This record gives sequence, structure tokens and C-alpha cells, in this order.
Amino acid sequence: MRVLLSILREFADLPNDADLVATALNSLGMAVESIEEVGIPVPGVVTARIVRTERHPDADKVTRCFVDTGDGREMHVWCGATNMGAGDVVPLATIGTTMPDGRGIARRGILGIDSEGMLCSPIELGISTESSGLLILPPNSPLGVDPFVVLGIEHDVVFDLDLTRNRPECWGHAGVARDLAAHFHVAYRGPRLSSVKHGDARSIPVTLSDPSRCPMFSATVLSGVVVTSSPNWVQSRLAHLGMRSINNVVDASNLVMLELNQPNHAYDYASVSSFDVRRARTGEVLRTLDGVDRVLTDEDLVIVNAADGTPVGLGGIMGGLESEVVGTTSTVSLEMAWFEPDSIRFTVNRHGLRSEASTRFERGVDPEGVVIAADRFATILSETCPDLALHEGMTIARDATCPSARRVTVRRHQIKRTLGIDLSVNDVIELLKPIGFNVTAAGEEFEVVTPTFRPDCEEEIDIIEEIARHYGYDALGKSVPSSTVHGRLSLVQQRRRAVRRLMVALGLDEAMPSPFLAPGDLRSVGLIEDDVLQLANPLVAEESILRTSLRPGLLSALAFNRSHRAPRVALWEIGHVYPPSDDKVDQPLPGEYEQLCIVVADADLDTALRQWNALCECLAVGAQLDQSRIPDGFHPTRSATIARGKQQIGAVGEVSPVVLANLGIDGRVACLEVDLSILLRETPKPVQARDINRFPSSDIDLAFTMSEEAPATTLQRALRQAAGANLVFIELFDVYRGAGVDDGSRSLAFRLRLQKQGGTLTDSEIGEIRDKCIAAAKKSGASLR
Amino acid sequence: MGTQSGEISAALSRALEALGAASSPEDVRSIVSQVTGKRGSLGLLKSSLGSIADIEERKEVGASINAASTRLAEAADTRIAELSASELHRVIERDRVDVTERALKTDVAARLGRTHLVTQATERLEDVFIGLGFQIAEGPEVESDFYNFEALNMPPSHPARSMWDTLFVDQDPQGSVLLRTHTSPVQIRVMQEWPPPIYAIMPGRVFRRDTPDATHMPVFHQIEGMVIDRNITFADLAGTIEAFTKAFFGSEFTSRLRPSYFPFTEPSAEFDIRRPDGSWIELGGCGMMHPRVIRAGGLDPDEWSGFAFGFGIDRMAKERHGVADLRDMYSNDVRFLEQFP
Repeated sequence: MRVLLSILREFADLPNDADLVATALNSLGMAVESIEEVGIPVPGVVTARIVRTERHPDADKVTRCFVDTGDGREMHVWCGATNMGAGDVVPLATIGTTMPDGRGIARRGILGIDSEGMLCSPIELGISTESSGLLILPPNSPLGVDPFVVLGIEHDVVFDLDLTRNRPECWGHAGVARDLAAHFHVAYRGPRLSSVKHGDARSIPVTLSDPSRCPMFSATVLSGVVVTSSPNWVQSRLAHLGMRSINNVVDASNLVMLELNQPNHAYDYASVSSFDVRRARTGEVLRTLDGVDRVLTDEDLVIVNAADGTPVGLGGIMGGLESEVVGTTSTVSLEMAWFEPDSIRFTVNRHGLRSEASTRFERGVDPEGVVIAADRFATILSETCPDLALHEGMTIARDATCPSARRVTVRRHQIKRTLGIDLSVNDVIELLKPIGFNVTAAGEEFEVVTPTFRPDCEEEIDIIEEIARHYGYDALGKSVPSSTVHGRLSLVQQRRRAVRRLMVALGLDEAMPSPFLAPGDLRSVGLIEDDVLQLANPLVAEESILRTSLRPGLLSALAFNRSHRAPRVALWEIGHVYPPSDDKVDQPLPGEYEQLCIVVADADLDTALRQWNALCECLAVGAQLDQSRIPDGFHPTRSATIARGKQQIGAVGEVSPVVLANLGIDGRVACLEVDLSILLRETPKPVQARDINRFPSSDIDLAFTMSEEAPATTLQRALRQAAGANLVFIELFDVYRGAGVDDGSRSLAFRLRLQKQGGTLTDSEIGEIRDKCIAAAKKSGASLR
Repeated sequence: MGTQSGEISAALSRALEALGAASSPEDVRSIVSQVTGKRGSLGLLKSSLGSIADIEERKEVGASINAASTRLAEAADTRIAELSASELHRVIERDRVDVTERALKTDVAARLGRTHLVTQATERLEDVFIGLGFQIAEGPEVESDFYNFEALNMPPSHPARSMWDTLFVDQDPQGSVLLRTHTSPVQIRVMQEWPPPIYAIMPGRVFRRDTPDATHMPVFHQIEGMVIDRNITFADLAGTIEAFTKAFFGSEFTSRLRPSYFPFTEPSAEFDIRRPDGSWIELGGCGMMHPRVIRAGGLDPDEWSGFAFGFGIDRMAKERHGVADLRDMYSNDVRFLEQFP
């Protein structure tokens, strides 16, 4: 929202200091996005009349203009524009002028003929951002003077405000000025109103056919209208505020909206003299002011000429083209209304049509602001229409549902409880009264009547916020509450951090791929894609599926890095995955959980197994490796499912060659994927210290041949059981395939360290254990070599 | 006497010469035993002592032989020590490597892994808030309309919902399940699950329907803070923001609050951080928890009051490390990731 300092200062005695005002605006919650000085006079630019123009046979792109700045001396200027002619008054930048863009005007010649200055366009003078040629001034303008003075363009300051949803009144200068006046402790005056001649009573019949959507509609008749151009100050204000000047009637209408946040529309009284506000009929067509034919539905609200039932405006959004004020208009019907904000918002979205009016209506305008708005409209228009009469008998059709002032009870202790300040009755009155709130004290409570231009103020806390704003956030002080809880990481959070440190120690880099996948991504890494959640409104189809595994993202990151010849690609991620819930009625949210995934390029399953073992150690957890269940997307003969009983919690090994081919990845890729939520949730008990056994230990080495089909862990488990309580550790220290071992088998050599509690093992005891181990191995299908 | 004395010193100097030429401790020992043995030069001289008639002379010659023997033994020890040292030296020399060459080998030079910049920033923030007495709460990223909007004082069709471009999950009833647009829904979950007083921060991933550019990502990270206790005032909010500012950015940084609007807090504010050079960083939003939000969390706003604040994590990481384009942070390009240990 652009706001002009000059208008603010007309409405209240504010300091003539843009920085001071900007600071105040910020501290009141109207964030100043930019401060722009406009209409800065350009010394050296004066008005000049074009006496005659001449073409030069050798210069077809420029015209020779002979101008007079009032002293009767003809000056020669080359000009590239084409919109001027003899008799026009234009701005001349004389020799030595520095233009707003920094360019200096020097005596320059074309074809050896000097130019004694430059004729200027509005852009060059910094008063507009668009133009098609020279700025043509009114024909009777005095010569040799500052064209800004002629145009009434004042040096002004525009604040661009970023307004919040709860301050609809600031969409008009009045709202901003009122807040500033309170801040600077000066009186709020409001717009200048002159006494306009009052005509006889002429009321306009109004019907509210849909009072829930439009509960208030007003109409006033103004006669004696002469459609002409606006006074300079009106044009200047509109230009600074970014609106085009159309004619005095439309301009007055727009300026009233910008000043008072009261959108309004002037119809030609000759064509519209009675109104109805009703739902459109489906298929009804209205050509709006922008020239577009809008096909309406019964969801749309239209303003209708009650005489013939034809729509003349899309309620609260845009007027119709047909009933526009035209050159011959002498009487207007000025319409102002209050529309239900939500319905305006829906209509705007339905038609994709947003206007200055709809922006204001959907935030909320003052339902009681129409009388002053009509007066201001008349005041502005009367400057160009000396015979203007504002007719008595303004119609204000109002339904009971139209919002009116609210009464809100504010407890004094609640102010203290929220803001930490003890305010007296007078303090509260002094803070709230200047911004339009009426306060009466009743014991420890205040009865606050909220102004109708503040629809956001509905309850106690809203009023407390207003008190805080005008008391000043800075003045409320700073204190630190003494936390009554102990700051710490939860156990799960501590364990997650331990895993992160482990990943770093293992030399793995954390990636953060998008949790959104493209259709086919899961399938291409060998996972099931039938049961996934999709986005209803994805930005692009490539990001329409919610991941059920981290693998697609990490593998595609791996492929990307490989294709950029990264020397080592070892990535990890801890992130959420979102498998759909089984019963979306009782459990609408997905079975979201945290996964850990690691992928390492050019690495085999040993790498993944090392990582899995390290993770188990880090978290003091364990699980079985089950090679009989081939995990989806993993190498069928070089991977295992990580299981706890029947529950599958992850997979470890190498990525399937089919998947690697799909993704165009060469070499092996080690991969570990686990349900981290389960592992983090476990709370291992503190390990209790064991006495160090100081008796001598003995090692026995046993090598077995065993079928490739049988898992080595089966043999180890058998040995462990057979060795019993005296086993201190067991390790697989050698694996051998080749001469001496049958095809389809391998030799597995285990070392068992034996040690007895409270004594030394005798040779016969060791022999006994050895025999038991060999027997147990035999039972599990392994034979001693 | 003269003859014998000359023979002794000649024998000693011959023996010392031989020691000098010895190439191993064994050589040394055999030279010594040769010279002092029965048939050795000194040994022979010793055995001929008996033939000296004069007692005094015999004593004198005997002492000379002993002195020569001692001298030889000492020289032998020295020579053995010399030879052992050079043997060790040879062994050590055999082990010699170019340490700098080894340092360059791929497996030796392998660097540590990395945590993502966002993870680093999150952990730093968490640590600061833990120091201020906060605990850390987490919540789901796929949320219901209730937690993301309704409980946060945004009933259906509330205009403020349009402050966020929401991504919805395609699930009936449409609009009921969405990707959380902020971490604020965790506030409600925490109030429902944790007994007050509550001092919690809630970092996490959030989603908006935004086209990625240098400063926006559809998936990014926020951290939310919340305090619920008895008699919490606006000054406590401002003071907590200030304490965080100093703890996280440094003691020479300060903060300010400007009025703003959020549906779930009132009074609401934007908070800015002032750098030592006087410039400002617009960091995030905050405010006193709206009584309706406290009620939605199952607590009585007349008994409990509190405040909440939130800001983006990604931007913190971006500014700290001078990352020009947010998209680089999510490129998963090792050349980017490896830069930040």
C-alpha cells in the first residue's frame, strides 16, 4: 500500500520528516518497505511554448523545434518525440540542467546545428514510469516557470507499507494518519471537507436481495457534474500513488478510496437510478470495466439496475463498462456498500479478478464510513464542478446483520498479566481513545466500544494488543523468565546425535534430497510404488509422491555425483518417510517414521556391514541378518534383511545390479537402510561392570568345511552354544575356498578363547569342549577339516 | 724392563687397531679373547712374568699388562656399543618412509564425513536453547488441518490461511491432510502431551507450495520456540529473544520487536537482530500465545500464559556461510557438502 506523506499531514499535524514518520510507522506495525521521494523539482526545467517545428532533410528521426520561454526569444531544440506540435506548452531542460537520472544537459549539435536544451517526457522528469512522448502541459500555462508548479505536482514522499491482515483501515490514508496522530500525540483531523451546495432530496431506491453477502448499500445523487480533467493536486496525488488519472469523476472516486478506504462507484444517474444487489443468474454475462465479458454463476453477487434488472457491477470487485460515467454525464449516482469479506475473497479467486476495491472489501471496510466518504467525494468534485449539488436523502439500506460497533470487556489484571504493566484507567483511555476506541471503566474492568473500522478487534486480547502497540513494544521492557524445566536433549535426541557423529566418523556426507518423488522413482530403485501418498496440488509432477524410502533420493544424488566424477561418493541421510496408514478413516495421518540410509559408491557389502556393526555398537542394539529374505531393490545374493524376529527393520548389502543399471551407475554400491525410529527409541540399561578374569586363557582353532548355502552365523551360533560358559570370545579368522575344499563349500576357521571363572582349565576340560564344538558343528552341517 | 714395556704397548696398539677393524660385536669379543688368551700377545707376556727376577720389576710389568688389559676391555666395550648402534641404525634405516608421501595416500588422507549445513545450524540453535532451559519437541511433517490451522486460531476459510501456500495430500476428505506449512502445529501437540510448565523448541522441516529460487525452497526448515508458564508476559518474550540473540550471535548483538500479525499470537511481533555495525537482520515472528491457541492445546488461558517465536534455519546457515543460492544447499553435490566440516 502506497501512502503519501502530504495526505497524512493534511489529515493530522504530523512532523514533516519522512524518516521520523517511517520510524513511527514501523513501530506501529506498518512495515515500511521503501521510502521514495517524488516530484523533486528539477532546477533548470521551465515551461516553453513550441512556436514552430521544422523537419531537416538529412535527419528523419528528429524534429527541429523552435521554442519560446516567455521572453520572446526563439530557442532551437532538436527533439526525438513526435507527439508535439506548434502551440503546445512543454517542459524545456535548459543548458546546464542536471536531470533526475544524473544526465547533464549540454549544448550539443546534430548536423552542425546546436540544440539549446532538451524537451522532456514525464519519465525524464521522474513523475511517471510510463509515457509516450513529451509531457504536454495545459495550453494556457505560464511560460518560463517550473512545470511542476504548473501541474501542482508537489514534492512528496511515498511510503510503501507492508500491511498486516489485522489492519484493514490502513488501506486508507485516514487509518494510517489516525494511528500516527495517536503516536505523535497530535489531533487527528481527517480529510478537508468544504461545504458543497445541498440539492433537494432525491433518494435512490435500493433493494438488498442478499443481505448476508451485502448487508449495507448506500446511494447518493450528485448533480451539476461536468466531466472534465481533475485538478492538478488530484492528478498529482493519484500519480504518486500509482493510479492513472481518467477524469474528474473517476479520479475523485479513486482518491476517496485511497484516502478513506471506502471503495465507491459513480454511475451515470441517467442510466442507473435504482439498485438491487442480488445473486447473479448462472450464465448471466457482465462486461466489466476492464473490457472483459465475465460469465457469472449464482455464487456471484451483482449490483443490478433495478429498473431493468441488468447487472451494472460485480459486487465489491469491479463496475460494469456500460454504466460508466461518460462525457455527457451531468448527474451521478454514487454507490458505496459493505460486502461480506469472505464472499468477496471467494469471488476474487473464482474469477482471478482482483481490484483495488476487492482488496479492501476482502479485508473489511468501515460500514459506517459512507457519509464522510460522500462528503469528501463532493468536496473533490466541487473544485471542477462549480454547480455541483449533493442531494439530500442519501439512501443507506442496512440489514441487521451489518457489523456495528462491538462492546468488549477488558480485565485490568489481564492487561498486567499479558503485558507486565500496571495501567491506570486514565492510561488505558489515553492509549485507546485517540485510535477510536471508547473506554469506560467499571471497577477492575473496562468496557471498550470498538470502532467499526477495526473489524479485527473482537475480544479482550485484541484490545490488549492495541494497548501494547501504542504503549510501545520497546517500553514494555525485557526480562528473562526463569525456566522451571531443565534444558536437555531427550534420550532419542541424544542417540540421534550419536548416530550423526558416527556417520561423520565413518566418512559419510549428509545429503538432504527432496522428500517428494516423481512417479516411477520408487519403482526404479526396486521398491513397491502401489501404496504411496500423492500430493493433491504438486508444483510439478516430478514432485508429487511422498517418499516411502530414502533410497531413491540418495541413489539419485549418488548417480549425480558420479556423473560429475566425484572421486568418492558416500552419502547418508536421516529423514522422515511417509507410508500411508492402513486405515485412513481412523488414522488419517501416514505411518510417518524416521529412516537412516547410507549409500557408498564403489564399495561392496563389507562396507555396509561395517557400518551396520558400528551403528549397533553406537546405539547398543542388535538384530539378525536374514539372507533368506531378499530385501527389495538389493542385490539378491549379496544382501540380507535386518530383522528382529518376524519384524523387518532394514536391509544391508549391495544395491541390486538391475537398480544400478536403471540409474546408470557403474561399480558396486554398498547400502544400509534401517528404521531408525525403532533403534532410537530403545533405552539400553547401563552396562554393569564385570570382574576381569585373571586366570590363564587357552585358544582353540577349529576349521570346518561347510556348504555355501548355509549361513556362517548358524555355525558360529552352534559353536558358541557348545563352548558354553567358558567361552570368552569367538571369531571367524579365516575363510578359504579352493584346493582341498569341495566346490560349493568353503572352509571357515574359528578361534575360540576359553577361560574359566575361578581357576585354570585343564587339558582334559579343553579337550572336552573341543569335542562338543566339533559335534555341534557336525549337527549344523559342518565337518572338521 | 724396557723391552717388555715396549712389547706391551705394541701388543695393545695392535689389538686396538684390530678392534677398530672389527665389523661385529662377535669380532670384537674374539679379538679380545685372542689377545688376552694364553697364546695371545698379552697372555704370553703375562705368562712370562715369572721369568722376571726382580720383584719390583715384576710388579711393575704385571701392572702394565693389567693396565693394557683394562684399556683393551674398555675399548672393546666402546667398540661393541658403536657396532650395536650402527646395527640398530641399519634396521631403523631399513624402515625409513617418506611420511609426507604416506600422508598423501588416499586411505590415509580420507576426510571425515559431514553433517549438512542445516543440521549444523539446527544443532547449534538447539544447544543455545538448551542452555536457556528449553527442551526439544518433535512432530510429524504430514499433518492434519486441525493441527496446522484450526487449532492455531485459523478455522476453515480463515483469510490468514492464505498467508501460506499449502501443499495438500490427495486423500479424502480433500484438504484434511497436508504438509505442515510451519512448525507451529507441534505447539499444540506439545501442550496436549506435556504437562505445563513448558519450555520447548521445535525445529523441523516445513513445506510451502513455492517455486524454488535463490532464497525460497518448497521444503525448508524452521525452528519454533514456546513457553507456557504462569505469569508469562510480553517482557519475558522480548527478554528471551534478547537472551537468545546474545547467546547465538554474540554479546554485541541486540534485538527489537515490531508489531505484526499472526493468527496464533497476540500481541504479535516481528523480531529483528541488530548487528554491531548497526544494520538489521529481519529474523522471524513471535508473540504472546493467543488464548484460543492455549485453549486448543487443552490448557486454561486464565491459568497459563505463554509466548511463541519462530524463524527459518536455512537462512541462518545461508548467511553464516555466505551461500549465494539456497538451491546449492539442497543440490547434494559432494563438491558443496565437503566444504563444511
